[in-house]
Amino acid sequence: MTKNKIFTNCDEAVADIFDGATVMIGGFGSFGGLPIDLIQALAKQGANNLTIIANMGGVGFELSHRIKPEGYLDTGILFENNQVRKFIGSVPALGGMPPTSPLEKLYNDGKIEIEMVPQGTLAERLRCGAGGLGGFYTPVGIGTVVENGKEKKTIGGKEYILELPLTADFALIKAHRADTLGNLVYRGTARCFNPVMASAAKVTIVEVDKLVESGQLDPEAIVTPHVYVDRIVEIPR
Amino acid sequence: MKSRLDEQTIALRAAREFTNGSIVNLGYGMPGLCANLIPEGRTVYFQSENGVLGYGCLATDAEKDYEIINASDQPVTTLPGMCFFDSAVAFDMIRGGHIDIVVLGAYQVSEKGDLANWGRPGRPATGMGGGMDLAVGAGRVIVTMLHTTKDGEPRIVRNCTYPLTARQCVNLIVTDLAVIEVAGKGLVLKEIAAGWTVKEVQALTEAELIPAADLKEIEL
Repeated sequence: MTKNKIFTNCDEAVADIFDGATVMIGGFGSFGGLPIDLIQALAKQGANNLTIIANMGGVGFELSHRIKPEGYLDTGILFENNQVRKFIGSVPALGGMPPTSPLEKLYNDGKIEIEMVPQGTLAERLRCGAGGLGGFYTPVGIGTVVENGKEKKTIGGKEYILELPLTADFALIKAHRADTLGNLVYRGTARCFNPVMASAAKVTIVEVDKLVESGQLDPEAIVTPHVYVDRIVEIPR
Repeated sequence: MKSRLDEQTIALRAAREFTNGSIVNLGYGMPGLCANLIPEGRTVYFQSENGVLGYGCLATDAEKDYEIINASDQPVTTLPGMCFFDSAVAFDMIRGGHIDIVVLGAYQVSEKGDLANWGRPGRPATGMGGGMDLAVGAGRVIVTMLHTTKDGEPRIVRNCTYPLTARQCVNLIVTDLAVIEVAGKGLVLKEIAAGWTVKEVQALTEAELIPAADLKEIEL
């Protein structure tokens, strides 16, 4: 029998995210592609000591007006709530913003750990995690703080750093459409980190603008095959 | 008359470097302005690391779609032939040598072309984003920056003191005072802002500048 992956609301979809879990959050950082309803549900649910893997740490509602006039909610609410023990990503805070984002405040108070990862390395570590690989060698970070403590190797006369895979207990994902099996398509630049994270977690939870019957999506256009998707919530937009 | 270029004009000068048909990535901040400043008669394909190739200008308020944005969170317009892809593919393009030119902001550039553009004293939580990947992977790295800090300290230095993005990666520096090429022999002063002397620009630059034989006023 086909597993029913459809959840009626985000609260139920995130109910079993446990204290100490590692959670990937899709999107790029700001509004584009962020699974904001699932993030809010996780904030409400209250799991703590989380490790969050996301491209950006979010700016929080107060600073968000500088990016979008009417403001928007982002991953910042999880830091405001003190639910996070460690952040792994490429932009914990934005240099062009005042040092008052929820994550930067926590960090400056010594209340959170940050693992800073170049963005392309982040994407590839996720892909390794998704694909069952043990890591990869990249030239990015040579001669910088990123190489500290990592194995280096010269291949074809060029220096590389060994980077290791990333996996997670849960991934929170935003897609444009899903079919009832869990195949996903995205819209515009809201795709970004969503497909790579959707395939790298044990339990992948997706919020979509529209849910359709299986067979209604063009098989040639599906970006994330349903094998990676565990839970779907439709938030009509 | 002695004046400094404003940000729009710095971006305009940097965009003059875009060759016809080139694939160009624009970094966070001032470089983003280049999207609206492509030299007439040239076609440029803008790539952005959040997963788009071939976007148009920065969107007007009426055109804004918050799911079609550049890596600086700015809504951009669509163009025929544009395509979307995920972050892993975006960085395959970048590291794999498929980006001809990247324009990046900087805190400091050294005389060897080392770049420091993501961290500064007192802000340990700001991140490098895609800057390291772009600095390593792009064919040509153009930096747009102000020549000095707010306090008048040089940003073009002998050795970077801020955290590095990548070593020996910068090819051209465009500032509010000068256009400088990073060459094997050092930093070559190619163009200078109207009304400024070589001596005056050198006084605001820690690294040694080598005036080009054909040194000229910044041309727009």
